[in-house]
Amino acid sequence: MSRVTIKVCMGPGGIASGGPDVISAFESELNHANIPAEIQKGCSLHKVGCLGLCSKDVLVDLIIDDSKTTYQYVKPEMVQRIVNEHIIGEKPVSEWLAGEDYDTFYRKQVKVVLSDCGKIDYETIDSYISFGGYKAAEKVFRSMSPESVISEMKKSGLRGRGGAGFPTGVKWDACRAVRSDQKYIICNADEGDPGAFMDRAVIEGNPHVVIEGMTIGAYAIGASKGYVYIRAEYPLAVERLIHAMKEAKERGFLGKNILKSGFNFDIRLKLGAGAFVCGEETALIASIEGQRGMPRPKPPFPVHCGLWGKPTVINNVETLANIPYIMNKGAEWYSAYGTEKSKGTKVFALTGKVKNTGLIEIPMGITMREIIYDIGGGIEGNKALKAVQTGGPSGGCIPANMVDIHVDYESLAQVGSIVGSGGMIVLDEDDCMVNVAKYFLNFTQSESCGKCVPCRIGTKRLLETLERITKGQGKDGDIELLQKLGSDIKAGSLCGLGQTAPNPVLSTIKYFREEYEAHIKEKKCASKVCRDLLTFSIIAKTCTGCGACLRACASGAIAGEKKKAHRIDSAKCIKCGACFDVCKFASVDRE
Amino acid sequence: MWSFSSPGGRINLEEKLIGILEEYRENEGNLITLLQDIQAKFGYVPEEAVQWFSRELDVPESRFYGISTFYSQFYLKPRGRNIITACCGTACHVKGSERLINAALRELQLHDDQDTTPDGEITFEKVACLGTCSMAPVMVINKKMFAKMTPEKLKKEIKSFVKSSK
Repeated sequence: MSRVTIKVCMGPGGIASGGPDVISAFESELNHANIPAEIQKGCSLHKVGCLGLCSKDVLVDLIIDDSKTTYQYVKPEMVQRIVNEHIIGEKPVSEWLAGEDYDTFYRKQVKVVLSDCGKIDYETIDSYISFGGYKAAEKVFRSMSPESVISEMKKSGLRGRGGAGFPTGVKWDACRAVRSDQKYIICNADEGDPGAFMDRAVIEGNPHVVIEGMTIGAYAIGASKGYVYIRAEYPLAVERLIHAMKEAKERGFLGKNILKSGFNFDIRLKLGAGAFVCGEETALIASIEGQRGMPRPKPPFPVHCGLWGKPTVINNVETLANIPYIMNKGAEWYSAYGTEKSKGTKVFALTGKVKNTGLIEIPMGITMREIIYDIGGGIEGNKALKAVQTGGPSGGCIPANMVDIHVDYESLAQVGSIVGSGGMIVLDEDDCMVNVAKYFLNFTQSESCGKCVPCRIGTKRLLETLERITKGQGKDGDIELLQKLGSDIKAGSLCGLGQTAPNPVLSTIKYFREEYEAHIKEKKCASKVCRDLLTFSIIAKTCTGCGACLRACASGAIAGEKKKAHRIDSAKCIKCGACFDVCKFASVDRE
Repeated sequence: MWSFSSPGGRINLEEKLIGILEEYRENEGNLITLLQDIQAKFGYVPEEAVQWFSRELDVPESRFYGISTFYSQFYLKPRGRNIITACCGTACHVKGSERLINAALRELQLHDDQDTTPDGEITFEKVACLGTCSMAPVMVINKKMFAKMTPEKLKKEIKSFVKSSK
């Protein structure tokens, strides 16, 4: 009698593509009276976290005895055939199987943080334990002193994965050295970068690994209390983490006298209330204390004076998720991956105009080309690659001609971008770089907390200038103004938000200056994104006179008889683009 | 939706607020968790609730106001019965979230700073990122996530609310 395990992706992509419906379909199909009882008994159905290749979701792994088959684009109506032909008939439904591109997506990846994500059932602690979960905690509590944990962390070379890249072992050591009656460890799960979802996927797919990592960190620095500061926009991550914490407590992995070591540690959850600046350590601390999340000058650093004035270590989710694996397999194993100064692996959210979008983990130092063309499968619709945006609003755009750059902290910093928390958005020829810069400034300007003048007023002026340029009101000297203002904001701002906010503008000017010039001098947007610079017209030859554009036009600029070609009155047109969006015959032209 | 002018409303309100206060004391809460609890109960942060807590806790109303306007999660006005959330993350932006946003505003006939239809039926809001970037552009309609959203799909969803409410 074979054992059948069905694993349905319930990561961010899986759920958005209908994962819950696929689960219900399997449940009702397997409980059907026609299914022989011995097969029903041998089957187990599991919800798992992100399997990685979200663009092919819903992904379903079917494991019969030890052999795994993966189905892609699974819909509830496909489930009956999979059960009948594959589970009962033992013959896979070949046309629905994941193909070769599924294998190439994984070939160059190295999974450390994500090694169990997508395999374990996040709903039960037993599943985590069966994959070696809490072994690292046992090893640490039984046989390692806090000092030896820290020295192992230093040897591993792990650097903070939240963006700044500060060595984790050094941070822990600094906090360990401070004498205090109370210390805290905080897990920063306030993943605020737009375009990044690594932390969400890790917590949702493997919540226990974060708890275990935090517990080891707490032991190393001597903290008895921990907080997870998590975005309220991630309700599923919150729910799964609360469940996991409850289970860990029941099994003695959290709470008093953990694993009979005499060490006490408890975690509380604090929900963020929606402020990007709270990703900054001192602002995050203010927010946990119940205040407006505004940063303060450093020093003193949180390791000396943090939450309620006590020594505090703040680590990002992905950083903490690395720790159990490092403790289990050793610093040498971990530091064998990566480059001289950037050790280990990094998780990226690969999105945008690339064929395979999803969650990837790569050894530091592989090239951007390998990520985009081997893992990502190339650009969608065979368009030309224009740039890759990394590091979110604090990062920059790397142009297509630098695609052979190595992806590590130093190399990306050298070209004016950063690794950041791990968003990687691929842009193609249809993206306007001035618009991308404006998009990020719009974000940072509205998220600036307003405490320091360079950031509060500077980002506002940067944004206004970019808005003028994209509206066709740019003038000579604007580029120089942006550069001067940008460098002043970087130099004068209090915290990381302001110090990095101009990066998207500065890096796009550096590599795509001609696009800025075309917007300013010729009032042209070659990518046809900036609407104010376009003229809309109807191609009479292909217009069927269906009237869709006429109905969509809010300014009454379109006229025409039924079934005859329509016209746009450019004097009345407000360039909203509604006609372009609704036309099913591609008969609206933008020039 | 809660109505403060309804008969007996005052007593009802007080009962709810006392419940929140007890929880706040039990869990060593702070003003953020308090405002989150208020919002969970009422759907927004009513002025009357803030005034009541300000008296009970002897904390100036201005501090509540400062916090609730600092964080984007707090709403100071009642919200619609249906909620449409557009993701404005980077991946969604490059995959055309602006077209979706314009389509939603047109379809709902909302102007500049309006976020809720005059009949209180639908609230339309934008958020920085929903963390489903690989399925961009995404929208959440009444807690359900819609992957690879199109203006056509959006219109259909909006029409279905309008029908069901009539």
